Amino acid sequence: MPDTTMDEEDSAPTIETTVTASDQSAERPSTSSTGRTVIEARDLSVYYGQERALDEVSIPILDKQVTAMIGPSGCGKSTFLRSINRMNDLIDAAHIDGELYFEGENVYDDDIDPVALRRRIGMVFQHPNPFPKSIYDNVAYGLRVQDRTDNMDQRVETALKRAALWDEVKDQLDKSALDLSGGQQQRLCIARAIAVDPDVVLMDEPASALDPIATSKIEDLIEELAEEFTVVIVTHNMQQAARISDKTAVFLTGGELVEYGDTDQIFENPEHQRVEDYITGKFG
Amino acid sequence: MSTLLVAGGLLAAGIDPSFWVVLFSAFAVPVGYVVGSTVVTESDGRAGVLGPFVLVGGALAGAALERQLAIEGLESYLTPTLLLNSWDGLTASNAGVYPQIVGSVVVVGFMAVLAFPVGIGAAIYLEEYAPNSGWGGRLATLLEVNISNLAGVPSVVYGLLGLALFRNALGFGTGIVVSAAGTLGLLILPIVVVSAQEAVRSVPDSLRQASYGMGASRWQTLRNVVLPESVPGVLTGTILALARAIGETAPLVIIAVATTTYTPPSGLFSSATALPLQIFAASANAKPEFRHGVVPAAAVVLLVLMLLMNTTAIVVRNRYEREY
Repeated sequence: MPDTTMDEEDSAPTIETTVTASDQSAERPSTSSTGRTVIEARDLSVYYGQERALDEVSIPILDKQVTAMIGPSGCGKSTFLRSINRMNDLIDAAHIDGELYFEGENVYDDDIDPVALRRRIGMVFQHPNPFPKSIYDNVAYGLRVQDRTDNMDQRVETALKRAALWDEVKDQLDKSALDLSGGQQQRLCIARAIAVDPDVVLMDEPASALDPIATSKIEDLIEELAEEFTVVIVTHNMQQAARISDKTAVFLTGGELVEYGDTDQIFENPEHQRVEDYITGKFG
Repeated sequence: MSTLLVAGGLLAAGIDPSFWVVLFSAFAVPVGYVVGSTVVTESDGRAGVLGPFVLVGGALAGAALERQLAIEGLESYLTPTLLLNSWDGLTASNAGVYPQIVGSVVVVGFMAVLAFPVGIGAAIYLEEYAPNSGWGGRLATLLEVNISNLAGVPSVVYGLLGLALFRNALGFGTGIVVSAAGTLGLLILPIVVVSAQEAVRSVPDSLRQASYGMGASRWQTLRNVVLPESVPGVLTGTILALARAIGETAPLVIIAVATTTYTPPSGLFSSATALPLQIFAASANAKPEFRHGVVPAAAVVLLVLMLLMNTTAIVVRNRYEREY
């Protein structure tokens, strides 16, 4: 096992990466609401059995921007993320009130097929979860289940390049994905999600299980991905949200969306006292 | 293969003792060393295959030792005659269990064809498709509890069920392959379901989520992710089930399978007997050489047969486990 695990530190020195990340966030213009709304929640509530996990949330998510969801544990931010591509359908006890529009259509309408929806909205999970298959088969998985097997080698290579993993794995595409390091596995999961050219990429704390170097690589990657995809990211790490996102939504206890706006404004001058308390670390 | 080795080892009963010593030191010792060191250094998943080697090696070593020490022992009945001849209830040295071996293999093989798809299918349905909540969920829970209970029901009861179902209700003939396979199939079905359920359940949910998140349907997720991951566990369950079925005697007695036949079954609707039944019958034979000679010899044959089936299943399982 150790001899097949590749050394991530070799490919990029730590300091450089961190500097690049912070530079980019400093230069990033605080984009105002010029973008097109791709996803819009209207009074969206989610219940698990009797328990309310999300309380009448209304929020727009704009095209080709990074929208961060922050808040303490159990505040409903992951629930919101999973209700966008109807992953909550997999939980029997979950039920939903309100509407969630994706490209103008309510995804909870009866005639919407969740399988087709998830083909347009990719997802990356908290813990890297590559399939116990080869690296190639992992990236090709979505293409295969969607019957898009033409130019597969090319698509796999493109996806791995976009996920900044190609140089590290190009000589061992037939090796088990489980032999990669945690950070590489997570980038593989990102490659897997973007290989099928989704419109939106949902990320549920994609870096929380990774070390700082791997985290900064993922962060760089997210900023690049936002040029082509709409990215919604849930994170516990407020600095991360400040670094990489254009818009930030702050959820507080009880599944309540307290504030939504430009990231710079949320972090510098929040409207609500509770948000300021949370961001400055007084609670949460 | 192992059966041939056993037969070969036993053939050598009449050969000069010194030949054995030479053969043992020139052949068995190095082979034993290679096998032993392979198991020690690359033990992952291969230790289970060792069983037949130990058995064969033990038999050979025992035979060699007996000759070398010139022990005036009992006459061995574990001879090629036993494997190749038909049954002879009068002369022990002429008695063979060839029809019974074929009968056991055919019955258990057909049973596997009947029971495994149904059992594995039921397990997949209960784990992946059955509802978790509401009335459907309660029904599924009730079914699961019942299946677990059925796994513990004594085999005689399954014999009665088989008698009622296959002979009385469906009107099949008495003691034919289909009835025997069906009865044993019912007997092992709960074992297959429970163990396959366990295997399917042990596939991490994160993999299912990853697959659904990629826009895979339930069936695609099942076929591409869940099934390949659970194959080793499912096969472990089927190994247990096979081992249980091939040794069952009581239900076959109840459905009136003949204890002694002189020809192997010619088809699914011809009568057949199984090895344990023949052992059971021979243990009541008036002649002591049957009770003390043929019965234990046939029991060894039954054990080897079971080990061979298990070895096949273990090899298949290990092949799957080592893929990634």
